[in-house]
Amino acid sequence: MSGKKRDVLLDPLFNNNPIALQVLGICSALAVTTKLETSAVMCLAVIFVLLGSNFSVSLLRNQIPPNIRIIVQLTIIASLVIITDQFLKAYLFDISKQLSVFVGLIITNCIIMGRAEAYAMQNNPVMSVIDAMGNALGYSAILLGTAFLRELLGSGKLFGVEVLPLVTEGGWYNPNGLMLLSPGAFFIIGIMIWVLRIWKPDQIEEEG
Amino acid sequence: MQRQFSVLYNLLFSAAVCGVCAIFVSSSAVTLKERQDVNKLLDKKKNVLQAAGLMEAREKISAEEVEQRFSSFRAVVIDLATGEEAPEIDAETFDQQKAKKDPARSREAPPNFSLVKRFPNHALVYEMTDAAGALEAVVVPVEGYGLGSTLLGFLALDKDTRTVRGLAYYDHKETPGLGGEVDNPRWKAMWPGRLAMDESFTPQIEVIKGAAGKPADDPYRVDGLSGATITSRGVTNMMELWLGPDGFGPYLERVRQRVAAGSQVKEAA
Repeated sequence: MSGKKRDVLLDPLFNNNPIALQVLGICSALAVTTKLETSAVMCLAVIFVLLGSNFSVSLLRNQIPPNIRIIVQLTIIASLVIITDQFLKAYLFDISKQLSVFVGLIITNCIIMGRAEAYAMQNNPVMSVIDAMGNALGYSAILLGTAFLRELLGSGKLFGVEVLPLVTEGGWYNPNGLMLLSPGAFFIIGIMIWVLRIWKPDQIEEEG
Repeated sequence: MQRQFSVLYNLLFSAAVCGVCAIFVSSSAVTLKERQDVNKLLDKKKNVLQAAGLMEAREKISAEEVEQRFSSFRAVVIDLATGEEAPEIDAETFDQQKAKKDPARSREAPPNFSLVKRFPNHALVYEMTDAAGALEAVVVPVEGYGLGSTLLGFLALDKDTRTVRGLAYYDHKETPGLGGEVDNPRWKAMWPGRLAMDESFTPQIEVIKGAAGKPADDPYRVDGLSGATITSRGVTNMMELWLGPDGFGPYLERVRQRVAAGSQVKEAA
């Protein structure tokens, strides 16, 4: 793998993370991260949609008329999201019930359209797919990290399996209810961004 | 630098994109429909089983196992006003939530604390029979407003229509950890054995603030959910509404008559 491809794949993980640096896709990061199970399925859904949309937009990039490009991108993304939603309802019914509207809301996830507009419109399909994979993994890394902490601290479980025995079930761990509410995710993602910027100081924005 | 595209090209291109996308979307919807319907039906059966105490909330069981446990149940569509069975309506396809929204098949609800605006003319209930075919329990759907959402669930009652067998909610958006604790198995375990109605069959069961006694000493009260006074009150309100004369009152009356008639037949024989 040449250096450029590796950069395109790995940069979005930490150097240019879509959630932590670009602060995109926050809505779903707050909503679905109370459990690892739902987050993992959400990540897979976003990976599928992002790969599909970047690939198809890149294939069509020289045919798409510039003045209607956004709506063409949205049509493609929306179709992929509906297919994903239908698939989840058929094969992962319980999880799709918990994810409820948030699968449909992948359509409005800025990461997907951002990558189609910023990358796939200018680059060939192979590079676009690599870029999609990188960004989807960057999104997934933050989502799973947040879900890990929220599920562990909020309900003492990981993937639904009890890790910290709860006081209410006769154990010793008193769960932190804040973690199960949306602000809990805000705090965790905020702390993650903080830690990331201590590690990579060039991500700190200059104060205007 | 950018290529210029004619208006006709724009139109044709968008039509082609829409066409291709439509084919993908509709074929996925059509091919997966059957599986999705099976899932929905299975989910409903699981909810009924949970309310009747025949399945744990987090228990993972196979579809066959669900069918097997569900085999003692019969779905019945009843006329809410008279409590009589309505055999002209197919229980397989009847959707109570849809019927509620259809003006021709519903009526305006009397003012109530559960904020239910319309009552369907018919309701889908489940009757559980024992091996000999005698009625053992009934499962009725209940719904009402809590703190920020409508709670949908099933209440299972013994054949005396007073003793609670169980309560399970399958859809709500109450605050996780507070009102969302209506899903907590330990809270749900407080319901079986309590009495939903008094001797004159007036709804009495109430979710109180604080702790209630044992079912035998304190049959009409259930422990409140801490930090969720309004959700608790919502549960009380919907019990009062659905067990009362506007809800399943007439149906439960019919159930008692049937059970009495059934036991007379047995005694005569």
